[in-house]
Amino acid sequence: MSDNILEVKNLKLYYETRKGIVKAVDNVSFTLKRGETLAIVGESGCGKSSMAKAIIRLLPRNVHTYSGEVFFDGKDIMKYDDNRFRREVRWRKISMVFQGAQNSLNPVLKVGFQIAEPLMIHEGLKKEEAIKRAREALKLVGIHEAFIDRYPFELSGGMKQRVVIAMALVTRPEILILDEPTSALDVITQANIMNLLKRLKKEFNFTYIFITHDIALSSELADKVAVMYAGEIVELASAEVFYGEPNHPYSRKLMASVPTLRTDKKLEFIPGAPPSLINPPPGCRFAPRCPFAMDKCKEEPPVYNLDEGHFVKCWLFEEKR
Amino acid sequence: MSSAGMEYSLKGILREVLSYKSGLFGILLLIFLVVLSIVTIITIPYNTAINLWRGEEGIWLENPKNAQPVWVKYIVGKNLPENIVLDSKKAGTIGITKALTEIPGTDFKKVYMEFTFTYDYDDFPSEVNIFFDAKYTKNAPILKIYIIKPGGIKVDLTNYILRKPDDILYLSINPIVSQNLLIHASSVVGKQLEEELPIEMALFAVEDESLANVGTLKVLKGVYKIVIEGTLFGKESDVDAKVVIYGKVWGWAGTDHMRRDLGIALLWGTPVAMSFGLTASLMITILHLSIATISGYYGGWVDSLIQRLTEIYMIIPFLPFLIMIATFYKLDIWILLAVIIVLSIFGGGIKSTRALVMQIREYPYIEAAKVYGASNLRIIFLYIIPKILPPVIPGLIGAVPSYVFLEAGLSFLGLGDPYLPTWGKVINDAYNNGALYKGYYYWVLEPAFMLILTAFAFSFLGFALDKIVNPKLREV
Amino acid sequence: MSEDNVLLKVVKLRKWFEMRKGLFGEVMYLKAVDGVTFDLNKGEAISLVGESGSGKTTLGKTILRLREPTDGKIIFKGKDITHLPNDKLFWYRREASLIQQDPFGALPAHFTISKIIEEPLIIHKMGDKEERRERVYKALEEVRLTPVEDFASKYPHMLSGGQMQRVAIARALVLRPSLVIADEPVSMLDASVRIEILTLLRELQDRLKISFIYITHDLATTRYFSEWIFIMYAGHIVERGLTKEILRNPLHPYTKALLSAIPDPDPENRKKFRDVPPGEPPSLINPPPGCRFAPRCPFAMDKCKEEPPEIEVSPKHFVKCWLYA
Repeated sequence: MSDNILEVKNLKLYYETRKGIVKAVDNVSFTLKRGETLAIVGESGCGKSSMAKAIIRLLPRNVHTYSGEVFFDGKDIMKYDDNRFRREVRWRKISMVFQGAQNSLNPVLKVGFQIAEPLMIHEGLKKEEAIKRAREALKLVGIHEAFIDRYPFELSGGMKQRVVIAMALVTRPEILILDEPTSALDVITQANIMNLLKRLKKEFNFTYIFITHDIALSSELADKVAVMYAGEIVELASAEVFYGEPNHPYSRKLMASVPTLRTDKKLEFIPGAPPSLINPPPGCRFAPRCPFAMDKCKEEPPVYNLDEGHFVKCWLFEEKR
Repeated sequence: MSSAGMEYSLKGILREVLSYKSGLFGILLLIFLVVLSIVTIITIPYNTAINLWRGEEGIWLENPKNAQPVWVKYIVGKNLPENIVLDSKKAGTIGITKALTEIPGTDFKKVYMEFTFTYDYDDFPSEVNIFFDAKYTKNAPILKIYIIKPGGIKVDLTNYILRKPDDILYLSINPIVSQNLLIHASSVVGKQLEEELPIEMALFAVEDESLANVGTLKVLKGVYKIVIEGTLFGKESDVDAKVVIYGKVWGWAGTDHMRRDLGIALLWGTPVAMSFGLTASLMITILHLSIATISGYYGGWVDSLIQRLTEIYMIIPFLPFLIMIATFYKLDIWILLAVIIVLSIFGGGIKSTRALVMQIREYPYIEAAKVYGASNLRIIFLYIIPKILPPVIPGLIGAVPSYVFLEAGLSFLGLGDPYLPTWGKVINDAYNNGALYKGYYYWVLEPAFMLILTAFAFSFLGFALDKIVNPKLREV
Repeated sequence: MSEDNVLLKVVKLRKWFEMRKGLFGEVMYLKAVDGVTFDLNKGEAISLVGESGSGKTTLGKTILRLREPTDGKIIFKGKDITHLPNDKLFWYRREASLIQQDPFGALPAHFTISKIIEEPLIIHKMGDKEERRERVYKALEEVRLTPVEDFASKYPHMLSGGQMQRVAIARALVLRPSLVIADEPVSMLDASVRIEILTLLRELQDRLKISFIYITHDLATTRYFSEWIFIMYAGHIVERGLTKEILRNPLHPYTKALLSAIPDPDPENRKKFRDVPPGEPPSLINPPPGCRFAPRCPFAMDKCKEEPPEIEVSPKHFVKCWLYA
C-alpha cells in the first residue's frame, strides 16, 4: 500500500445553483500507484471534469460541499489550507492539462513565457533560468526550441496542445491530470499526442489521471479504468478486465456502444438519458436504464470488491464477494 | 445553456423579474406612475390643464402665493395658517352676517357685513385681500372697514370707495391701512413709531409693546371680527364682499409664484414625462434595431455606408445641437420629441446590435433555414429579430429616464414647451423666482422627487431585466 | 450505374475563398475544395471522411449551394445547378436538406418543436394548417420522439442533445428530399447516444430511399452507415470505394495512416506506439502544387510534386496516388 501515490476517500464536490444542489462528485474513492494510469470514463455530465477539479482544488465560487480525504504519498492534502495547497501541491505535485486547452493559452504572451511562468511562480526561479527549463520542456514534447519566442496563434492545434502539456510538466510534477487532452484535434495528431504521452510515461514514470468520454482512446494509456455515472464511480477495473469483459451493467452497455474499426460487432445503444445531478433519484442511479434492474436497486448498492483493485457498485455482485 | 433556460412567455419573464428585488421595486413604482398618469388624464383633461396652468381669468386669485404644502405643518411642528375665506354671499352661515337696509325716503341703503372667525394658528397669514362684487348704477358704495381683535380692540382700517363693481381691495399693501395701523400701534406702544409694520402681521399681532418692532410681533390667537359697513346708492344697488385671509400653506403640493396649485404640474408632469420618455426610447430603439439588422445581415456596401453614417452621428455633439435648435425655435414638446429622434437615428446603440446580428447570422439554425428555402426577410423577422429583442429591451427601459431628464433639463433651461405644465418647467419657474434663495425648498424638491421616482422605476426594472437577459449577470 | 439512376454528379468541383491581406495587399486563395469528381446514385449513402480542415464541410455546403462553386459543375437530377442564382434554386431547397453538427445551434431556441419542423412546410406552401400538423406529428413519430403532442409543444432547451438532433433530422426529412447531407451529425453527442442516432438515420435512409452524404471524421462509424467511403485530404478526394473494401484494404498512404491512428478499445494499446506520420494537415491557403499528402508521406517520391490522377485500382475502388499509376 505504501507505493500508492494517491488515495482518494469519500471525495465530495457539490455545487450550489439556483435550481438546486448539483452533486457532481458524490462520495468517490479510489487508489493509484506510482506510474499507473487511471482512465476516468463516462458521458458528458457524469462529473468526471468536476472530479479533476476536486483533486487539484480548482473550485468555482458556488461550492456547496467539498469534503473527503485525498492522500498524496500518505499526507492528506484536503487538510491543507488554500495557500499551502497552492504552494506545495498544485503544479508542484499535481498538474493538469485542460479540456480545450488550445484556447486556454494567452494570445498576447509568448509561448516560452507561458511555459516558464509556473516555474517563476511556484519555484521562484529567475526569468532566464525559467526560460531555460521551458526550452527543455519544449524539446521534451517534441517542439523545436525556436518556438520559445512564438505566439500561440503561430502554432497549429496539435502544437498548442503540446505546449499545454509542456506547461503542465515543466515543474516536474508527479501526477498529471489530463482532461480530454485531444478533443478537437484530428485523428493523426491525436495519435501523435498519445505517442508522446506514452513516451513521457515510460521515461519519467508519470502517474496519469486520464479523463475522457472516448472509450477507445482511453485504452491508449489506461492501466486501470474507472467508470463514472451520475457523480459516482460504478466500476473500477484493470484495463484487461474492462476492455475485455466489464462487470457493471453500465460499463457493459458503454463498451457495447463503441463502434470498432477492426472487428465486426453488433452495436447497442442505451435508451434513456443520465439523471440530473441535482437531486438524483435514491437507490442505484443507473436502475432506470438498466436491463437487470431489480427491486433491490431502489436501495443504494454498496461497493463490492471483486479482486485486488477491482470494485463494482451493483447489487448483482452481492454473492460474489 | 443558461440563456436557453429562459422562458419565452411573458408570464415567465414577469415571474423572473419579480424574483429580483430590484425588479419588484421597479415594477411597483412603474404601476404607481402609470396609474397616476391615467387618473390624472381622466380627472384633469388636457385642455383644462393647459388653461389652468395659464392662470387666466384670475382662477388662482384665492390661493396664497408660494405657499408650502399643508403637510409641512407636521414636519415643522408649527401650526401654519391655512386659507380662510369668508364670503358675504354665504351670509347666514356661522360667522358671517350681512344686513342691507333701505333708508326710507331716499335712494340710499345701509349695508353692514360682519365676518367672525377664529384664528389660532402659530404664524401670521401671508396676505389679506377683499374681493367685492357690487351692483350700482351711478355712484359706487362708500364703505368703512375695521377689525375687532380678540379682547375687543377695535382698529379702524380704512374708508373705501369702490372703483369698479368687481373691485379688489389689496388690504396688505394698502398705504392708508398701513398708516392707520402705525398710528394704532404707536398708541398701544406709547411712543411714536417710525417704521411701518407689515399689515397682515399687524392685523393679527398681540396688542402690547411687541408691536414696536417687526421682529417682536407675536400672534394673537382668538376670535376676530372684520366689519365692512357703508352706504349704497340706488334702489337696485347691492354689494358683497369676500374676505380672504391667505395662509402660508395650501394643498398637498403648495403653490407657486402665480398662486398655481403645484399639484397640477406634478400630476400632469407624470403622463407627459412617461409618454415622452417611452415614446422617445421606443422609437429610437425600433429605428436602431431595424438599421442594425439590415446593416449586420446584408453586409457589403450597405453595411459600410450605414456604419459610416453612424460614426458621423456619434461624433456630432447631441446636447449642444439640441440646445441650439431649441434656442432658435420655440419648440412644443412633441416637436422636441421629433427633433430628438431625428438627432438619434444613427446612434451608437446600432454598433452593438449589429455585432449581435452578425453573430447570430452565423448560427447553424440560420444556415439551416437557408437550406430549406427561407427568404432573407423571413429570416430577419422570424429568426433574427426575436433573438436580438431580449438584449435590447433592458436598454430600452433603462434609457427612458435619460429622455425624461433631457426634456426636464431643456425645460429647466427655459428651452422647452412654455405652456405645458411639466416638472422641468416647474423647476425653471422656481429658479427664475429665486426659490432656493427665498427658502421655498418644496418648489424644487417636489418636481425633483418625481423625476427621481421615475428614474428609479425604469432603472430598477431595467437592471432586473438586464440580469435576466444577460446570462453572465445572473445570480447563480 | 445507369445514367438515370444518378442523382448527383459532381465534376471537377472547386471552391476557393479569396483572402486579401488588407485593402491593397496580395490576394491569396484558400482552396478548400480543389477538384472533386464523383457520382451519387439514388438511394445510396456515402461517408465523406476527413479531418478538420480537409474541406469536407465546404464540399457539403457547396453541393447544397450555400456557396457558389469557383469552378466545375454540380448536376442534380440532370439539371445544372452550378451557377443558378438563389431565386432560381427554390425547387432545389425541397430536394436537398442539411443536418448539422451542433444540435444546440441548429434549432432556433424561440420556436416550439412543432414550429421548427413546420417551417419548411410553410415556406414551400405545403398543405393547410391541419395537413401540416399531421405531417409534423408523423415526422416526430418517424424519429421516435413520442408522445408527439408532448414534444411538439416543447422548446429546444427542454430536450437533451440526442433529442434535439432527432428534431433536426425530422426537420431535414419533412419535405421528403432526395438528398440529405449530414455534417458530423453525432460528433457533439454522447458516445452512447451516437449509435442510437446513426442507427435511426440509417433506418430512415434505407426506408425512404434517400441519398445521403454523411460527413464525419470518425472512420469507425462509417461501417455502420454507408456502402461507400470517400476519404478527403486537403481539398482532394484521395481514395473512394466500397466501405468494406477500403477498411479491409486501404490503398492511399493517408488512408492507411488514418486506420493505424484510430484505436479500438484494447488493453494492449498502451504497450505499443502507433505508427503514424508526423506533422499536421497543410494549410489550404495557396498550397504548393502536387500531392498534398507528400510532405508527410512515408512513400513520397519525386513524381509527387505533380498532382496525381485518380486511378481505378480495382472495380469502383479509386485512389489518387502515384504509387498506383
